[in-house]
Amino acid sequence: MRRSWILAATLGLALAAPAWAADTIKIGFNIPLTGDIPKVGESSKYAAEMLREDVNSKGGLKVGDKTYKLEFIYEDNESKAESAVTTALKLIEQDEVLAIVGPNSSKQAVPAGQVCDDNETPMISPWSTNPDTTKDRPWVFRAAFLDPFQGPVAVDFATKTFQAKTAAVIYDLSNDYSKGLAEIFKADFEKKHGAGSVVAFESHGTKDQDFSAQLTKIIAAKPDFIFVPDNYNQVALIVKQAHNLGWTGPFMGSDAWGSAELMELCGDDCKGHYFSTHYAAAGATGATKEFIERYKAKYGYTPDDVAALTWDATRIVLQAIQDTGGLTGDLDKDRKAIRDAMASIKEFDGITGKMRFDEQGDPIKCAVVVKINDQGEFVFTESVCP
Amino acid sequence: MLSTIVQNLLNALQWGSFYALIALGYSLVYGVLLLINFAHGDVFMVGAYIGFFVATFLLTQAAGLPGWVVLAVTIPATMALTAVVGVTLERVAYRPLRRKGANRLYVVITALMAGLILEHGNLALLGASRKKFPELINEVVYTVGGVSFTNLKIAVILAAFAVFVLLHFIVTRTKIGMAMRAISYDKFAVPLMGIPIDTVIVFTFILGSSMAGLAGVLFAMSYPVLEPYMGALIGWKAFIAAVVGGIGDIRGAFVGGFLLGAVEILVVAFFPSTFRDLIAFTVLLVILSFKPTGLFGVAKTTKI
Repeated sequence: MRRSWILAATLGLALAAPAWAADTIKIGFNIPLTGDIPKVGESSKYAAEMLREDVNSKGGLKVGDKTYKLEFIYEDNESKAESAVTTALKLIEQDEVLAIVGPNSSKQAVPAGQVCDDNETPMISPWSTNPDTTKDRPWVFRAAFLDPFQGPVAVDFATKTFQAKTAAVIYDLSNDYSKGLAEIFKADFEKKHGAGSVVAFESHGTKDQDFSAQLTKIIAAKPDFIFVPDNYNQVALIVKQAHNLGWTGPFMGSDAWGSAELMELCGDDCKGHYFSTHYAAAGATGATKEFIERYKAKYGYTPDDVAALTWDATRIVLQAIQDTGGLTGDLDKDRKAIRDAMASIKEFDGITGKMRFDEQGDPIKCAVVVKINDQGEFVFTESVCP
Repeated sequence: MLSTIVQNLLNALQWGSFYALIALGYSLVYGVLLLINFAHGDVFMVGAYIGFFVATFLLTQAAGLPGWVVLAVTIPATMALTAVVGVTLERVAYRPLRRKGANRLYVVITALMAGLILEHGNLALLGASRKKFPELINEVVYTVGGVSFTNLKIAVILAAFAVFVLLHFIVTRTKIGMAMRAISYDKFAVPLMGIPIDTVIVFTFILGSSMAGLAGVLFAMSYPVLEPYMGALIGWKAFIAAVVGGIGDIRGAFVGGFLLGAVEILVVAFFPSTFRDLIAFTVLLVILSFKPTGLFGVAKTTKI
């Protein structure tokens, strides 16, 4: 008799648990906390933590007539495509999150986007620029501009600034982002400068440390500049080795350069070069400036573009949740409502600029080109708007 | 065109030097114990990190020391500390199994696990963030007839050759070298002759690990981004180089290392880089199918 009473009490508790959980909103983060680009994961996590503390210290997020506390679940995808898939599944099925922010890199965002789309869970990637991430996937969104836009920005800037007529490209073959951007760049450069103006188009693997053979080929082809759409950890090695092989010309980089860790790894070798990115920390104004200052005070370094984009992406999710006008507690229905709300956001004023969303869920926003100055800061040089 | 070829040969010599230095460690241990020490690639990684900590310690504690002094202290200190790591591995992981008469297969598995423990211990201890190796010497780029090289590149190649000469001398011309060869010949008869077998094994690990430590410092100076998994892939490839050269023979490790380095660089120089591992390992496979014991290997005789 007594045992059945305990059993009943336990059962009662177990049944009551979801009712308590209903007062929190769970959002998953599918980010690289270890692996090739751990700083990217750290930036995302720090920015999201800051936002969560902001909202929760004001009592929570008001949706309809109820206020919810935010619960953010950070899962490591090890910067691997296959781990990003299992991480997404874990967040969807075990943690039962309402929406997922991340993965950041296209290499992980493209496969994870498929999983989220199949499982009908809204996902927004802060940093992924490869078109395939969101293409024909109604459940997947992003906060960054696309490579078909970024590539021409790099081409036009380099043509104008370096008076370039020829270019060389070195890219990571096993990285969707790097490969996609390299191909877009090549197509656009050759369209503007004639066939054969990309004099060398060299690839490497993700785990490679020695690029001397590729760079020897590139330098022998005598390009006006080298385009390096690579992650910051490889950029540090490539730029240094090119200098050791006698290269003194300019480099043009892409947004994957913009990590807070780039200068720590690359040092003097990267100074004086340019890359296209999502925002420039030096010389920011308004809400962007406020974000940078708060982040710097809290964590001790200037936030990179991933931090800023995660902030925007998470805010888009929160706004979509508020736009639903009230959550039902039924996971499938709520996810659907959030997706519909997210898809109907027409314009969003983020700290990385104003964005309008097209029918693919992609933002139309401006890119900036920054120069790495002698103090190692990323200085605003030019803004290019579509 | 000629300058490009010479440039690529120099690149290949530098890259091959690292394979050779690591392969020597595999070969030494195999020669004596018939044990494939799969943790060796990770000992190399630990060597790079030790070098990083010694160098940053010296740079912060004794600020103002010229870079070459720091380097001159870092290299022997790193070699000594990495040797301690190697000997500890032998003591903790391999010796107990050897004492219990475990089959060599189990010791190899233990070595694999020890390597993973080193990798993930590092990850847990230091985090995933990459470390930047400080610039100790001013790298000067020389350009002669279209061929560019740095003082560091030349130093790396010279170091690999010097290490080979030294090891070859130790193994063939000294008493302890003779003991090492004797153990690989017959490890049951040798203790009966009054040769302290454990001392010789420890000495072998000291030699192999200190060379991995040296390789770690030189590697970290050439490719100054350190991460916990940096030793895994290069370790496996160096192991393959040692096998192709004829594992157990230090000439084989040396030649195999440079061969693999040269094939990898030259493939990338003339084909898309996607083909690198495909062509490189096809070449090695062909060599092995003609000479299964490797270039310098002789079927079951004295090794080392």
